[in-house]
Amino acid sequence: MKRGELIESLINIVLLSLLVGIAIAIVCMKDLFAVVMLAGIYGLISASFFVVMDAVDVAFTEASVGAGISTLLMLVVITMTGRTEHPTRHKPLLAIFVVVVTGGLLIYGTFDMPYLGAIDAPIHTHVAPRYINESMQEVGVPNIVTAVLASYRAFDTFGEVVVIFTAGIGVLALLSVVRRRDEDSVIDSINDSMHEQHLILRIVSKMMIPFIMLFALYVQFHGDYGPGGGFQAGVIFASAIILYVLLFGLSTARKVINQTLIQLIAAFGVLFYGCVGLVSLLNGGNFFDYNVLSSDPIAGQHLGILLIEWGVGCTVASVMIIIFFNFAGRKEFQQRNGNLIDNISKKNKGI
Amino acid sequence: MIMGLFNDWVVVVLMMIGLYIIIAHGNLIKKIVGLTIFQTSVFIFYISMAKIDGGTAPILVDGVTQYSNPLPHVLILTAIVVGIATTAVALALIVRIKEAYGTIEEEEIQEQDSQHKDSHKLNIHNSSEINRDKKEC
Amino acid sequence: MIFDLDIIRELISALFLFMGSFLCISGGVGILRFPDFYTRMHAVGVTDTLAAAMILIGLMLQNPDGLVVIKLSLILLMTLFINPTASHALAKAAFHNGLMPLIEKNKKNNSLPDKKQESEKG
Repeated sequence: MKRGELIESLINIVLLSLLVGIAIAIVCMKDLFAVVMLAGIYGLISASFFVVMDAVDVAFTEASVGAGISTLLMLVVITMTGRTEHPTRHKPLLAIFVVVVTGGLLIYGTFDMPYLGAIDAPIHTHVAPRYINESMQEVGVPNIVTAVLASYRAFDTFGEVVVIFTAGIGVLALLSVVRRRDEDSVIDSINDSMHEQHLILRIVSKMMIPFIMLFALYVQFHGDYGPGGGFQAGVIFASAIILYVLLFGLSTARKVINQTLIQLIAAFGVLFYGCVGLVSLLNGGNFFDYNVLSSDPIAGQHLGILLIEWGVGCTVASVMIIIFFNFAGRKEFQQRNGNLIDNISKKNKGI
Repeated sequence: MIMGLFNDWVVVVLMMIGLYIIIAHGNLIKKIVGLTIFQTSVFIFYISMAKIDGGTAPILVDGVTQYSNPLPHVLILTAIVVGIATTAVALALIVRIKEAYGTIEEEEIQEQDSQHKDSHKLNIHNSSEINRDKKEC
Repeated sequence: MIFDLDIIRELISALFLFMGSFLCISGGVGILRFPDFYTRMHAVGVTDTLAAAMILIGLMLQNPDGLVVIKLSLILLMTLFINPTASHALAKAAFHNGLMPLIEKNKKNNSLPDKKQESEKG
């Protein structure tokens, strides 16, 4: 037991030092491509750190989001905005002063914090014991995180799903372009040239994509019993489709995946989530009180959690797909109108 | 004491590195990366608080009595996904800024903004040019 | 008898885990010591696939009955598919962007490797 704890704290120190090292490297790098790659590594290492801290659900999410989707989005943006950072002209002395003072005060503040792993820390004494001891009787789901996320704090999660949905709308409003119909011959020629270039990648990922989707569904429906749930499943499902877009081109993917349908699914997920709350309200319970959904409270809880996780999964997956499609579509739009935008920026610089 | 507070100190250091990037660097993408670092430091802070010595992951198993605190896990789990969604909006704004100004360096953008009215008019003119082009296709 | 089998299993598992960790470290040393991008990638690509396989087999032996073995073998299958493909994509991207393998004559040419992987992905 003692040796295990020693090794655990050693791993803890190594991972956290790596994080600090990567963050310092990010500060120094001028090449934005390297910065984005380092940010991806940073996400993956923080996911490993979350595993050491027993937060498996969080680690799962961070690995798929921090190391996967966010790196990808930033890469797409870099191809549109250029990959080198210009040096700043003024000296960062003031910034260093602000940062050092704030950091010093915060470190002074940490001396009042409970130590890592202390059992009697205030955070462990209020609601947590109820969740840990009672959730099996009240909700009947082994994964406490899912029980808290989908049942005890369902209203909270509803708000977060709405935020994600709103962010999807925001990206749509900022980036969506009205595009003309792609001609089949153009698509075919792009497709052929890509087929020659990426033959191995295409074949392997074509084999992998169904399994990634299957894994997403497993994560979605196994979330009650192990780490997982709608958020992770949505991101993984979206990543399968994004992989398809990367390798088979945007215009082919547009034919496979109907954008309007995806937008409808995003809205449907939020509505579905809200409707579960309304149904429990109409059945005489509180908003998101699943006990009244079925004659047996535990069965009702299971049903409620299943339904709202489904809503979360739909919304997250389709919002991620919408976001990626819009970024990629914007890039395509810029390439088509490349000369125009170049001219504008030249004019701006000329003045 | 060093081991007990090590995580908190690392959190502070990471947070300050993120803050420094946001204040001192002019490139907007770099600022977003700085924000991500800042955000992750907060995640690390919450997750470190939830840890209990000898506890396991909060998934109920027979014969285990000591579990980590599930509440911070829930808060951070949703925060991560919300974080990527808001980051995407920020990145979308950056793309539009690049289209409108031709640069994503803060100083150059401010320079363009502070120039007198003629250039300002031209900017408007340019963006309307893009809009018109959008309508055409 | 069963006790003996357990000990043998533990020993084999430990051997696999040790070999896997050793290969991981040797891959890391390879990144630092090899002169140019392709040799580095070779060191990491080859040793990592084997190392991951060995560590996974070692872990399977730790808990030979139950769902864990199935999950681990699925992970193993996935790594065997994905690792070589990723190495292939990386090497192809580097070659595509004009990074030549280091031959005796042009030894100066090895400062670019990290930067050159990009444009294909974007």
